[in-house]
Amino acid sequence: MTEEIKQTFETVSPEDIPGTAEKLKAEGYRLIQLCGVTKEGHTEILYSFDKDFAIRNLKVDVPFNQRVGSITPWYWAAFVYENEVHDLFGVEFTDSKLDYKGNFFRMSKKTPWKGPEAAPKEGA
Amino acid sequence: MMGKRTIVPFGPQHPALPEPVHLDLELEDETVLRAIPSIGYVHRGLEKLAEKRDYNDMIYVMERVCGICSFGHGWGYAGAVEGLMGVQIPDRAECLRIMFHELSRVHSHLLWLGLLADGLGFDSLFMHCWRIREKVLDVFEAITGGRVIMSFCKVGGVRKDLTPEMLKMVKDTCDMIEEEMRKTALVFMKDSSVRNRLCGTGVLTKEDVIDLSAVGPVARGSGVNNDVRSTSTMYRDLGFSPILYDEGDCWSRCMVRVDEIMQSLDIIRNAVKNLPDGEVSVPVKGNAPVGDYVFRVEQPRGEGFYYVQGNGSKYLSRARVRTPTNINIPAMTKMLQGCNLQDVSMLVITIDPCISCTER
Repeated sequence: MTEEIKQTFETVSPEDIPGTAEKLKAEGYRLIQLCGVTKEGHTEILYSFDKDFAIRNLKVDVPFNQRVGSITPWYWAAFVYENEVHDLFGVEFTDSKLDYKGNFFRMSKKTPWKGPEAAPKEGA
Repeated sequence: MMGKRTIVPFGPQHPALPEPVHLDLELEDETVLRAIPSIGYVHRGLEKLAEKRDYNDMIYVMERVCGICSFGHGWGYAGAVEGLMGVQIPDRAECLRIMFHELSRVHSHLLWLGLLADGLGFDSLFMHCWRIREKVLDVFEAITGGRVIMSFCKVGGVRKDLTPEMLKMVKDTCDMIEEEMRKTALVFMKDSSVRNRLCGTGVLTKEDVIDLSAVGPVARGSGVNNDVRSTSTMYRDLGFSPILYDEGDCWSRCMVRVDEIMQSLDIIRNAVKNLPDGEVSVPVKGNAPVGDYVFRVEQPRGEGFYYVQGNGSKYLSRARVRTPTNINIPAMTKMLQGCNLQDVSMLVITIDPCISCTER
């Protein structure tokens, strides 16, 4: 369906993500989503934005137990994903506009996809 | 003088919305001041299975994300893997995917129109909508053997070709549905009891849509086109153009869906008429390369987003589904602000929430 869609991937540091989100909002980007990927030594968060049907993906490597700034001050809708990433991957977001404090998903096990033991085995 | 403030719980089990979503409605008298949504009652963690399933087999899991837009989830996942693998599928397969996806849109919108009518207490209209919808499911069953989960889409194309008899059945069914819809659509367009409830209710401005990143008929009902079908050459050649209404109220969102049914029927008939010759799939083998790919499909409820990350094996490090309901929940809470308590269930219905998708 989307053969003409452009997509780019770039890496951003955890400290820079709130400032980048503010800039993207000012430039007219729409938030698509953000999601987590468990890696051996960190959690990778992928932020996706859209402008004129081109997708800009930002990869942010967050070391385990390090916090990252929330983008909800500029993209309020991000609270859905930030709370999801918090509940599944255990990543803490600071300055969130709507923090469910770990009660967004009701699960028998807290943060089931957190930590190196949850990381997929590369090349398995 | 301020009225009495109350917090009323809505869901997760509610007669108007038998899906596990909960809202804390902060009221002043009967006016909603704020709505705080809660989901996550039945989160399934299906995405994690990608790490343990061959990328070719994972499509069976993906199409089970939802029981209504199942085909679109299969297509979205397959498209992402094909992009990661650098595979170009045949035009005939692409056209058949469009045909099945638009059939899915027709039955999904008819299901929604029925639910809206049910929410309005217009039961005969509800039954008419669902009766018409059955014709699409009958076509699915005749071609694939399944009415909901069809397993028609696979990585590399589609699983089977359609015979001329099957194509004729698809076209004849579209003709029948169009004839029925011409009468049914008039009720949604003109009936005073429907218009009284929908017109001017739950207004979401164009600025709200952009600010909250809303998608699908919710966005198009407020005049914002983020329909990803706009980017497809084949879709445009088959007669697609985005349906937009500017009012931003419940009636606009309803009319977007009514018009989209009619347009989808035209797209399907054009696809039958102009179906390219050739194969319907290409083999996709070997390990998925290290890398990332994102793919989007315009689901009946709005943009579906699919992300895959390969790691050099036949398993994926990540398969992500961002469903349209997921991103429309913030817009729903916005449109609830200021509404009357009696309109809450109808406003929630107008985003066509699918919590099954959301709890993938």
